[in-house]
Amino acid sequence: MSAASDASRIGKWSEQEVLERIEAVRRRAPRIREQAITMAHGAGGRATHTLVEALFQPAFGNPSGDQAPFEVGGTTLAVTTDSYVVSPLFFPGGDIGELAVNGTINDLAVGGAEPICITAGFILEEGLELDVLRRVVESMARAAGAAGVRLLAGDTKVVPRGKGDGLFVNTTGVGLVREPARLGAARVSVGDAVLVSGTIGDHGTAIMLARGDLDIESDLESDTAALHGLCAAMLAAGDVHLMRDATRGGVATVLNEVAREAEVAVAIREEAVPVRDEVRGAAEILGIDPLYVANEGKLVAVVAAGDAGAVLAAMRAHPLGERASQIGELRAEPPGMVFMHTAFGGSRVVDMLIGDPLPRIC
Amino acid sequence: MKFVDEFRDQHVAARLARLIGEESAGRDWKIMEVCGGHTHTIYKFGIEDVLPANVELVHGPGCPVCVIPMGRVDDGIAMARTPGVIFTCFGDMMRVPGSQGSLLDAKALGADVRMVYSPLDALKIARDNPSREVVFYAIGFETTAPSTALTLLRAAQEDVPNFSVFCNHVTIVPPMKAILDSPDLRLDGFLGPGHVSTVVGIRPYEFVARRYGKPVVVVGFEPLDILQGVHMIVRQVREGRCEVENQYRRIVRDDGNPRALEVVGRVFRLRPHFEWRGLGFISLSALAIREEFARFDAELRFEVPGVRVADPKACQCGEVLKGVLKPWECKVFGTACTPETPIGTCMVSSEGACAAYYNYGRFSRASSRLQVLQ
Repeated sequence: MSAASDASRIGKWSEQEVLERIEAVRRRAPRIREQAITMAHGAGGRATHTLVEALFQPAFGNPSGDQAPFEVGGTTLAVTTDSYVVSPLFFPGGDIGELAVNGTINDLAVGGAEPICITAGFILEEGLELDVLRRVVESMARAAGAAGVRLLAGDTKVVPRGKGDGLFVNTTGVGLVREPARLGAARVSVGDAVLVSGTIGDHGTAIMLARGDLDIESDLESDTAALHGLCAAMLAAGDVHLMRDATRGGVATVLNEVAREAEVAVAIREEAVPVRDEVRGAAEILGIDPLYVANEGKLVAVVAAGDAGAVLAAMRAHPLGERASQIGELRAEPPGMVFMHTAFGGSRVVDMLIGDPLPRIC
Repeated sequence: MKFVDEFRDQHVAARLARLIGEESAGRDWKIMEVCGGHTHTIYKFGIEDVLPANVELVHGPGCPVCVIPMGRVDDGIAMARTPGVIFTCFGDMMRVPGSQGSLLDAKALGADVRMVYSPLDALKIARDNPSREVVFYAIGFETTAPSTALTLLRAAQEDVPNFSVFCNHVTIVPPMKAILDSPDLRLDGFLGPGHVSTVVGIRPYEFVARRYGKPVVVVGFEPLDILQGVHMIVRQVREGRCEVENQYRRIVRDDGNPRALEVVGRVFRLRPHFEWRGLGFISLSALAIREEFARFDAELRFEVPGVRVADPKACQCGEVLKGVLKPWECKVFGTACTPETPIGTCMVSSEGACAAYYNYGRFSRASSRLQVLQ
């Protein structure tokens, strides 16, 4: 934008003042305008946040989040719950069962909790082939066994044909928090480093390609993985201030949450963000941005600047963090905003996901 | 990524920017990119940061979603709500607000609205659901018209009786003429649309250079394409030339794609006039389905309101589409009108100038430069 237009005004407003007014509007408590639930409410972006902040939080009166710690007899536990509705049920690199176990473990792990046990509720559609259910259940058992987590209780409901899409899974996970208050938006401060644990957008892209709507062939696989081992290694290596798994809404949504909750700016460098060529290619064709595409085995971490090197080294030494990278850092201005220095030499805003560009991915 | 990264090279960009800076020095420049795809690239890559401050890019009317008037959105929604109909459209059409909500809202309330990537996908849905009426909401410039035309030819060939097209195809030259005729705009040249030109070629723009004395350079969609196009315009003016040049030679032939044009001519005819959002009625600016294919014309098959709906008063999409206002200068930009609750179409499509500016450019460039580059 030219110097001339920076100086131009509409009425008494300059561009800068208009932008400040917009940021003020954006900081207001969100309002739900829709008459009915749309797919965007489940996409993890702004509509999801609006629904949580304007409906669930006032009604339930808690600060919420994917997981929450609570104290029992001097011990701090964390609890999380999640539902899985991914379509197709089996996809390259995983299936709905493995996804449910790993996703639940990850919600606990990024909160600094050691996962202990998981419950599973199944909503089955009349007519679902028993073999499909068997494969999903065995996959869940395998994933839990590999992660050293017990599947403790369960529930089964069947709905008439046409009232469900084959199989939905709901899980609850409980974990042990050894160091309460070690992680959280309150610990984040200007100057901190922002890390990601590997290539982004693999899961969402693999699902899209697996649905076959696009007639693109690729051997890209979902990155579904249990991240508690990686999280433990990171916490042991240095002063990690915050971790989030970058599921629906992708890395961009996590960064926007950090910017808003901690009232900081997040500055990232496009060149530093690891993206597989297959993912970039598919995203290019579809006109979507890998920053917004879901991951099921990647996390974003905010780390004290002085410890960034040590934490990054610990991540790269772990099999699930080999391609970890420092993608940016936290700044003071402008608070609440994420922006990116593009590889081309320019800069742009990275906003929260708006709408629902993607099919059901988790 | 091969064949993409080459066109995004930061060092080549810096060299081009330096050349533009040297050759454009001494005055202010205003160059309009006609096509919404270019607007998207400009914001996505932060090209304005790379250009010298005296060169300003003005965003033009070439976003196919942005120019659809509200009445035509309402007509589509009326079709979608007809019992038994499967209504198909491109993704960014789903969120365009009509007078009573969008297709996405209609979907949430029970209409069967499905996103497709190609009109052929819609035809396939029709074949797979012979008991349902399947309508495709066709939008776009000459870029997408050939694929709709081919789909209609195939529907006729295969005789798919439950398929129809709601045709909203438009053509690129009339709105460019409308902009050139509007008194309140001073431009130094145009970046011509790349994809449209793959079909129509570069000759249709010759009147811009001849009659209006403005250079046109047809450019591609990678950021270096745009920088090179700007450089070519500056160079033309510096050398006292005024012509239509083709920067996008790797895709665009000067004569376009005669076969695509032939198919479009076979299936469509020009409408006497068509309403453009913000620009009003422009004669001979849109396509309708020819009589031979009338049985696939959704406008004849369905009862629709067909009412002209005035844009909301506060909405200044027209001025933004003509490049008279910058997105942030619109009264409702970013406050009442945002990508999640758009009032005007420019805020809906990722190619719309307002959505691009809101999503990617919404912060003070001066301070961001300091921030990001230190």
